[in-house]
Amino acid sequence: MASMFTRILSGRNTAVIMASLGAGTLVSSYVMTESGVSAGEKKKLYPPSADYPDLRKHNNCMASALTPAIYGRLRDKLTPNNWSLDQCIQTGVDNPGHPFIKTVGMVAGDEETYEVFAEIFDPVIKDRHNGYDPTTMKHPTDLDSSKITSGMFDENYVLSSRVRTGRSIRGLSLPPACTRAERREVERVVVQALSGLKEDLEGKYYSLTEMTEKEQQQLIDDHFLFDKPVSPLLTCAGMARDWPDARGIWHNNEKTFLIWINEEDHTRVISMEKGGNMKRVFERFCRGLKEVERLIQERGWEFMWNERLGYILTCPSNLGTGLRAGVHVRLPLLSKDLRFNKILDNLRLQKRGTGGVDTAAVGDTFDISNLDRLGKSEVELVQCVIDGVNYLIDCEKNLEKGKDITVPPPVTQSRK
Amino acid sequence: MPFGNSHNQLKMNNSCEQEYPDLSKHNNYMAKVLKPALYEKLRSKQTPSGFTLDDVIQTGVDNPGHPFIMTVGCVAGDEETYEVFKELLDPIIQDRHGGYKPTDKHKTDLNPSNLKGGDDLDSNYVLSSRVRTGRSIRGFCLPPHCSRGERRAVEKLSVEALGALTGDLKGKYYALKNMTEAEQQQLIDDHFLFDKPVSPLLLASGMARDWPDARGIWHNDNKTFLVWVNEEDHLRVISMQKGGNMKEVFTRFCTGLTKIEELFKNKGHAFMWNEHLGYVLTCPSNLGTGLRAGVHVKLPNLSKYRQFEEVLKRLRLQKRGTGGVDTAAVGGVFDISNADRLGFSEVELMQMVVDGVKLLIEMEKRLEKGQSIDDLMPAQK
Repeated sequence: MASMFTRILSGRNTAVIMASLGAGTLVSSYVMTESGVSAGEKKKLYPPSADYPDLRKHNNCMASALTPAIYGRLRDKLTPNNWSLDQCIQTGVDNPGHPFIKTVGMVAGDEETYEVFAEIFDPVIKDRHNGYDPTTMKHPTDLDSSKITSGMFDENYVLSSRVRTGRSIRGLSLPPACTRAERREVERVVVQALSGLKEDLEGKYYSLTEMTEKEQQQLIDDHFLFDKPVSPLLTCAGMARDWPDARGIWHNNEKTFLIWINEEDHTRVISMEKGGNMKRVFERFCRGLKEVERLIQERGWEFMWNERLGYILTCPSNLGTGLRAGVHVRLPLLSKDLRFNKILDNLRLQKRGTGGVDTAAVGDTFDISNLDRLGKSEVELVQCVIDGVNYLIDCEKNLEKGKDITVPPPVTQSRK
Repeated sequence: MPFGNSHNQLKMNNSCEQEYPDLSKHNNYMAKVLKPALYEKLRSKQTPSGFTLDDVIQTGVDNPGHPFIMTVGCVAGDEETYEVFKELLDPIIQDRHGGYKPTDKHKTDLNPSNLKGGDDLDSNYVLSSRVRTGRSIRGFCLPPHCSRGERRAVEKLSVEALGALTGDLKGKYYALKNMTEAEQQQLIDDHFLFDKPVSPLLLASGMARDWPDARGIWHNDNKTFLVWVNEEDHLRVISMQKGGNMKEVFTRFCTGLTKIEELFKNKGHAFMWNEHLGYVLTCPSNLGTGLRAGVHVKLPNLSKYRQFEEVLKRLRLQKRGTGGVDTAAVGGVFDISNADRLGFSEVELMQMVVDGVKLLIEMEKRLEKGQSIDDLMPAQK
């Protein structure tokens, strides 16, 4: 039975209740007295035009989509958890962006954010996810790993394989907005579910506040430990509040299935292993996710999901599947070929350094993963990575033999 | 958030125990005072503009502190914070400000003719003199809580008021977001430019939001009177010059502040002030006078003397490196200033600095000649 935290799932009902209490509308009966200007009075003194952010030097998806008219219509709205537009966009206002990298510039505080502020989130989603239109399209979810073909890579080239995603617990606010009590509830719900995992998935939880020095060192050596975020993109969104309260790491005894709790999302789920057996990595990923879902459902909880946006996560860039499937692969010759980037583009793949996002490649080893998150299912994306990486390896082998390579035609984008 | 905090009402659905922060590894004034019973008592409250207990303490929760330095761990979001959350802030103020009681009254004295001497500190030792304080404009939320609209209104009012200053106080405003490269470089060379805060103590309180919107620097043409707009407080006011004429620095300081206050009043705006806490600022450590008066002074011998720290303590002075708070001294040059802010008037604090620095220089001169300074050891002020 879900606890007192179960929210009324229809955002509209909750909004009506809040409005009748006088809290949601904020047209209060406070009077400006010498003892301070009330919230209601402040709203009247400062219309949306007085508060509109200065986005002239900004280059992120939020700044491209926000207009004074949209801001004017949305500023005084609140989600049922009392999350506001200003809170959504604070990270984008505080971080103007980079001329070459377009960041998203906004976050969700709860599931209802994507509905209440749809007028700004929908265009941002469309921009970020290559034209995916949440008003007309449906996102496919498919975690049937048996559909995967050719999922075993040549281990002379592929050093490791990994699939990650995130999941949010319906009824609890997301990391930018959650209270300490909610965050601790997320931890409790998830840890309880994970303790029910068996056999190759059986494992242990390490709370950030309670781990011993020895445990900490082991987690660092395994490259499992996550630290308090330092990126201003994340800290300005408020997700690092109260660190390290209710944060932790769970992993199975075999160290091939790992879950982060209350970092940038409620949970981040990672399946990985050395070598090229992507099929097995994805199989364990799907099995683990389904098992965790079953275990939380036994107690009346569920993941945030809807057919428009798929799995709901904090950052709009991670909607849909939230999935990044990738390999560490050696491509010494191909990476120096002038066509490398074009090949990656056409295969809908992206390259990163082996330290992850925003790192440079070391030697000739690259992190190659899917570009897309929304509009294609998990199976489709993983198959795309498998086919793509196999193609890259073929190119590498051809170059080794002195043969030429061809740029493949572009893979089709999101289904209509 | 500036427009009310109905989120706080939702939090009340959770028990106190579920929401109470984990302060077991914390070492700041807030953690010392905020026990579960007090959290329970105060968590349902909010100021009229919607600032809550969790807003007050967030910076202290996020920054456990340092084993050797006691940080405050709280900020105010508006003037009423100090009233609504008295039960938390009074004991913190008492602890931080040397026993200042909730019933005590604070004296304000900005009459420079009450300062005795101070115009003749030996400039062979004193390289520069400086006095700073802060001011908040009544009716506007403070930096941790203000909306963009409010912050811009504070900037506009301040620029108008400062624009009316005349004589040797006449100057110019440089908005952070509009300044040219040349202006920026000049301000850096003059050591006037302030940057977006990087300290997690400040960032966690929300005062760097929307940077650099509505932030800027105003200074007079002579570069001896400087005002920061919307950094850690609404206004930070600084009077400074090379050499040891603290009296002149203080006189300009008082004249400038009084004139600015008058200009604000003409527009219908007072500074936040009351007879218990004096001038109200964002951080409880800056209440009262908000005044730090100091000099950069060469004390290569005295600083190596075994009782240097004790001398400073007795004189109610503190030392810093010449880069300001949390920096080390370079080449025997120290920043020496008053340790107190609340419970003493501006004139009283200036007097302590003037008299104290005079004594330190005398001690330095004796030690230079290899003479004893035992007879010069002061009593505890």
